[in-house]
Amino acid sequence: MSKHQLDYLDELEAEAIYILREVAGQFEKPALLFSGGKDSITLVRLAEKAFRPGKFPFPLVHIDTGHNFIETIEYRDKMINRIGEKLIIGHVQDSIDEGKVVEQKGKNASRNALQTVTLLDTIAKHGFDACIGGARRDEEKARAKERIFSVRDEFGQWDPKRQRPELWNIFNGKIHKGENVRVFPISNWTELDVWNYIRREKIELPSIYFAHEREVITRNGQLMAASPFLNMDDEDIIEKRNVRFRTVGDMTCTAAVESYAYRIDDIIDEISESKISERGARMDDKVSEAAMEDRKKGGYF
Amino acid sequence: MDILKFITAGSVDDGKSTLIGRLLYDSDSILADQLEALHSSNRKNDDGSIDLAILTDGLKAEREQGITIDVAYKYFQTDKRKFIIADTPGHIQYTRNMVTGASNANLAIILVDARKGVIEQTIRHSYLVSLLGIQQVVVCINKMDMVEYSEAIYETIVNDYKALAYKVGLKNIKYIPVSALKGDNIVHASSNMKWYEGKSLLPFLESVELDIDDSRAHARFPVQWVVRPQTEELHDYRGYAGRVSSGSFKVNDKVTVLPSGFHSTIEKIEVLDAEPAEAFAGMSVTIHLKDEIDISRGDVLVNTEYLPEVSQLIEADLCWMDTRALDPSLTYFIQHNSKVTRCKIREILYKVNINTLEKEFNEDFKLNDIGRIVIKTAEPLAFDLYQNNKANGGAIIIDSRTNVTVGALMLRAVAE
Repeated sequence: MSKHQLDYLDELEAEAIYILREVAGQFEKPALLFSGGKDSITLVRLAEKAFRPGKFPFPLVHIDTGHNFIETIEYRDKMINRIGEKLIIGHVQDSIDEGKVVEQKGKNASRNALQTVTLLDTIAKHGFDACIGGARRDEEKARAKERIFSVRDEFGQWDPKRQRPELWNIFNGKIHKGENVRVFPISNWTELDVWNYIRREKIELPSIYFAHEREVITRNGQLMAASPFLNMDDEDIIEKRNVRFRTVGDMTCTAAVESYAYRIDDIIDEISESKISERGARMDDKVSEAAMEDRKKGGYF
Repeated sequence: MDILKFITAGSVDDGKSTLIGRLLYDSDSILADQLEALHSSNRKNDDGSIDLAILTDGLKAEREQGITIDVAYKYFQTDKRKFIIADTPGHIQYTRNMVTGASNANLAIILVDARKGVIEQTIRHSYLVSLLGIQQVVVCINKMDMVEYSEAIYETIVNDYKALAYKVGLKNIKYIPVSALKGDNIVHASSNMKWYEGKSLLPFLESVELDIDDSRAHARFPVQWVVRPQTEELHDYRGYAGRVSSGSFKVNDKVTVLPSGFHSTIEKIEVLDAEPAEAFAGMSVTIHLKDEIDISRGDVLVNTEYLPEVSQLIEADLCWMDTRALDPSLTYFIQHNSKVTRCKIREILYKVNINTLEKEFNEDFKLNDIGRIVIKTAEPLAFDLYQNNKANGGAIIIDSRTNVTVGALMLRAVAE
């Protein structure tokens, strides 16, 4: 091997930094969508590498469903304090109060779908022309075909048939007024890459990623955290289990996995041997085979 | 561990998706829930076995039509290497998708159906691989199970392909007889073809050496962003942020800024808190120069001893990617690394019939057409010839009305 061959983590990192700088160079008003999950936390680290000692050329935007894990919110506020960058919060509760969306009813009610409206409203309100997100192509089949610069129309829609060709490392960020671009700097990373990077860079994560004891109920074969946000009835039996979360979304749609991985090394071992892919723990994807594609067309991240 | 990016060229009928599915399946790269979805699907092969092609079919529309219409990326790794597959469609109406996938690949797998041999689409795919400058090619002669694993048929196809490779200018070629459906010579050596003594596909992909352009002659650093904190303690800080597109730079190297032509010397290379002495192809860094000169996004730093071409009149190969035909009366945008300027197509020299490789001389340039043109740019481009340095020799054309990427350019020469 040549001494000038980059190790895979260095190559993925360099590509992501390159993409972030393209966003800075090509757009007037970009934003970084921050969910509190490990992927967007990784983006923050990459942005530090791309722009320090300067400020980020974009604010962080968090779409808050109001049903977040408390640990995520605490982490978010602590992190913002550390990096000294601007945070904009879009509240799903506001969209509900304004009558723009209606809260779902029934046992499997979740605010996950509602956040698309809040996201689009927040983008429109601040006039963001590019939104950076932590989606990866290995997560799901529809994502596997999405571009790194993915143009959305005025309605936030993604049209898989009208994607721009993306050649070499040249990203075309030209858009019309009202359109915006979703940018995915870690498109080419896998879940394991993200974890290996977090370990290498010693990045701190919200505690719910690590094994802990928690009250859960079993629903549709998956472990859901017991919380006031989950509609429960007499059939739901609360029990204490040792769990951790592999993705961090809304409390009503993010399932836990039984785990004793207390340290990042344990997690990497666990994932390396895991028999369930990451999005397998997301109830929203199980609805149908084309679930993700339909949601993306509607403006979902 | 490094990353190998490869493209697979072939059509549905060649069993391309099956080949990728087989690579993933036999290398244990499919997780349990994906496997469950695979087994529960209604789609099966004729013999009732699971249809591995499902693993690479992404979009609903594609599933309905049963064809691959876009570029789908797949990721897997072994203990030797990480792989990124760009799975692209093989039909002629999706030439642009293949060009897109090929632009970032280090290697191309070209599938040939053992029953059909070298056919029109093999010529097309091989031409495109050569056009995009992919150095390493693997020709998989597939469906060997349907020709009774015949060595004679394999040898005939290899000889036919050698003639084609010479014609289109492909050099590093590996031939492997396989059956993606049955798994012969994909991950494991086939017991049905003992006459084949070479490596199976995956072991070959794991061990093939990558071509890295780290020569000092190709030191190119397109500036993406200028870091200027303008705080009290960092009042004079001015760093040029970008990614080394090819070659390598060292501290104290003399550099020239193009297109302005100013000279300076590299004072420092930074990556956050680290200060490497050298930055080479692929690295994203921030460069500091000893002199204060005016540099902004769109400029490129190059090694002063090895300057690229600088011109406004350029001969290039063009692949047209839009449903609206090329209009020589229009002004388009051209994007070359971080540089965007306006351009016009001054002249169409010829088009290539990509099925026969014959030159054609008609004026219209439509979707999926490929040919040689002369382009005039509003500002000079600092570029290398694509055949010498891909990273600084490719550009895209953007329609100024729709903002859509409509053309891919391989810059070939300074035009008179």
